[in-house]
Order: sequence, then C-alpha cells, then structure tokens
Amino acid sequence: MMELKGRKICAGKAKAEAIVSEQGISFYGGVDPDTGVVVEKGHPLEGRSIAGKILVFPQGKGSTVGSYTMYRLKKNGKAPAAIINKECETIVAVGAIISGIPCVDKIDIAQIKGGSTIEVDADRGIVNIL
Amino acid sequence: MKLTSEEKEMLEGKQGNATKKSMEILVALGEIFGAERLIDVSSVQVAGVSYHNLGDAGLEFLQELAKDGKVRVTTTLNPAGMDLDNWENLGISKDFADKQKSVIDAFEKLGIVTTCTCTPYFVGNLPHFKEHIAWSESSAVAFSNSVIGAFTNKEGGPSALAAALTGKTPEYGLHLDENRQAQILVDVKTKVSGTRDFGALGYAIGKKIGAKIPLILGVKKANIEELKTFSASIATYGGTGLYHIRGITPNRTIKPKERVTITKEDIEKAKADLNDSTGTEIDLVAIGCPHCSIKELQYIAKLLNGKKVRKETWICVARPVKSIADRMGYTKTIEASGAKFACDTCMAVAPLKGRFKALATDSAKGCFYGRGSNAFKTKFCTMEECIEEAVK
Repeated sequence: MMELKGRKICAGKAKAEAIVSEQGISFYGGVDPDTGVVVEKGHPLEGRSIAGKILVFPQGKGSTVGSYTMYRLKKNGKAPAAIINKECETIVAVGAIISGIPCVDKIDIAQIKGGSTIEVDADRGIVNIL
Repeated sequence: MKLTSEEKEMLEGKQGNATKKSMEILVALGEIFGAERLIDVSSVQVAGVSYHNLGDAGLEFLQELAKDGKVRVTTTLNPAGMDLDNWENLGISKDFADKQKSVIDAFEKLGIVTTCTCTPYFVGNLPHFKEHIAWSESSAVAFSNSVIGAFTNKEGGPSALAAALTGKTPEYGLHLDENRQAQILVDVKTKVSGTRDFGALGYAIGKKIGAKIPLILGVKKANIEELKTFSASIATYGGTGLYHIRGITPNRTIKPKERVTITKEDIEKAKADLNDSTGTEIDLVAIGCPHCSIKELQYIAKLLNGKKVRKETWICVARPVKSIADRMGYTKTIEASGAKFACDTCMAVAPLKGRFKALATDSAKGCFYGRGSNAFKTKFCTMEECIEEAVK
C-alpha cells in the first residue's frame, strides 16, 4: 500500500478502480453526460466509461459549461466515484462541488496505474493505492 | 483563506443550502488561486443561460438553488437560447422554448433581473471605476475591466451565481492591482475605424499576444460601439480579460518592455481569415454581437429605410434597448423591411446548426461562434455591407 498526500477540493470518501489519463479532460463536449463515456476524438480514454471509477487526470480544460456536464453525469448515475488531479482548475473544482464528487489535487498522479484499486479520503486529502 | 464570522456561518449552512453551496464554491476557488480573503462585490452577470448548454441537469441545479437562494446584489443574465417572446418567429421549437422558459423562471425566483444580454452596461447593470464585480460573459468582462475600469475575473456560470448568492468573491487575479499591469506593448501602425476594423484589430492582437494584458498605442479615437466589439474580439481570439489603450481607457499601468507592432497587413489578414464563405450563398445576416446599442439601431433603421431584405436578417439586442427603438420608430422601419429582432439571444447561442449555411456579420466574435457552434461559413462585413448583403 502506498499513501499519497494532496489537498481537498471537495469532501467525501470513495474506493474504486482507477482510470488514468495522461491528458486533460474537457467534460463539455468531451464526455457524454448520459453514458459517462469519453467521446473526445483522439483522447486516450476515448470510448471508455468513467462511471463509478476513480478518475485520475492532470487538469480540466475547455468550456466552463463543463461544470454543468459533471452535474448531469452525477444526476444520471454516471459520474466518477472520485476525481484525482495534479492541479485542479475552476471547471473541475466547481463541477465537483456542485455535484458532490469527492476531489483531491496536488497528487503525484504518475504513481497511480490504471486498473489498480484506490481509496480516496478527500476530507484529509489522502489517496491510498491498495 | 481567512473568513469572517458571517462567512463562516454561510459556509456552515446557517443561511441556507444555496448560500452554503455558493460559499463552498468560492472558498475552493479562493484556495486554488491563493486568495487570502473574500471581498464584497456589488454587481454580477451570470453566463450559462441557454438551455442548449445547460441541459436538464443544469436546469435542475438552478431549481435546487432557487428553493432557498436569493441574490444579494444586482444580477443580470447572459443571452438565452432564444427570444423569450418572439421565439416562434425565429424558428425555435416549442419543446426547446418550454425548457428555456423554465431556466428563466428559476433565475427569476433567485431574484435575478432576467434581462438576457452580453451588454449589461446598456441595461442598468453598470459598475463604476475600481468597483469589484463578478461577471462571466467574456466580452463584458473585457469591457468592464478595460473601458470602465471595474475589477472582475472571468467567472464561469456557477462561480458567478455563487458570487450573486453571497455578495462575495475570492480576492485574486484581476481584483488585485498588481495583476492588472500591462505585460506587452502593442504599437498599432495603421488607422482603424468602424466595428469591422476594431473587430479585426482584436483578432490581430489576440492572435499575436494570446492572453497577455496589452498596452495599446496608436489608436487615436474609439467610440463605445467600437470598444464593445473590440472587447469581444480580443477576448475571443486572445483570451485576455483586460486591455489598456493609451488615451482612451482609464486604468494606470506600467509600460512593458516586450513590444509587437500591428500593421495594415495584419488588419487585412484578419479580415481575410474571417472570410471563408466564397462559393457559398449567404442565407443569414446577423448584426449585434455584442448586442446593439441604440445608436446602432438608429443607423440600421436609416440603412434599411424603404428597403426589403431577401435573406433571414437578425438584429440582436437587449430587450430594454429595443424598447427605446420602439418609441423612436426605428423598430417599425426595421421590421417593415422584413428584418427580425432577436432580443434576449443572438446567433452565437441560439440552436441554429443545420438551419443556415453561411453567415454575414460585422462581428469578429460572431464569426468564431458561427463557425464553431453552428458550423456556418462566414463573411466578415462592415455594417453597411451587412445591410447590402441582406437586401441583395
């Protein structure tokens, strides 16, 4: 087990499988709000679902409407269980807060491998790789 | 971040759920951007109004906030996805209209003044020099920071709402004098005049310097309409929320060392870049991005007097500004030509994809969103050429 320490963006706890992207994610236009599948052309996660997973990526990008897309995902039961960022920005921070998705940043995400089981304690800003 | 006892109360939920949610957003943003405290804002302008962008979940989010939330400062809205009265005449479906009206109802319940416009400064939401505000429409942010000298960051929809519901915003970015200094000097070596030239200038500068804050020299004269379109263009193609023009804008700034020049060729290239409609018949003419001033409506009425348009022609404007045109008889002249008013909305946010092939407009920003959101070809014209195109 390895413990990584970061910063709380939105409180909450989750334990699930990690899905990791080396590229940023644009929720508006990049993720289908009804299915949770990444639809951005050429994105490393294109065609894969983020629903129920711990979504790990460096930083959000694109339109500020993306915060509302995250909220739509949550309402549709297709949101990630938690989000881990290298550096969180406005779109993802606001999206996580209005949707109630646990979120931490300032994590060395290179340590996290896709498919591994991860435990997030966002209240304390801690990520455990099990 | 340091919070006052009242702010702590808000965060703990003692002033209701909408206030609590808003405070969570503001505190998180403050922490991310290293703000030391929250400051009071006195005016808010909220983006994220078109149902096209919000969807049902966005609508639910607003309805949830409206259960116990009330704005604490003057707050107006960005354009919606349709004219709230005249939507049928503009070809909007009833399903879309019903949803869009529900969005507006939720905003109204929150206590927001539901004038839907990118020019809040024309309809009574007008800050003064150095006043701290929280606006989100990018052209209005650039206009208020630069032309008026108010202080605002470029907010997203939810963060602007959070500011409205608490009357507060985290103190970072363009709220601090040290971050409002010019970073690059732009020497304009050619004469610019009229909305198309100023749109082209915004494009040329934006493409050259990106989101840096410029100090622009060499622009001798500019009216409000030219500054309105310049604000839209530089924010769209560069990304800055603030610019300085020597002799025209009121903010003081240091003189930066890095320098670029803008020549006649740069302006001509900008105009050429925004024209890709050759070979495609223009089937939509739209003026008013950002929304028209009363002076522009007066001029459009003069140009259209006694003429008939042969193409779908939209004049985009804030409803209160159109009511002045009603009184002056401009509306009658414009509508007699067959041109249509699109109040509360514009060609950039209405769901028009597939309905038209090519757009003629005097707005450089309008070209960007016409291409991006609606997949139109674009013809970048002067106001006079737009009207000529419409009646051709």
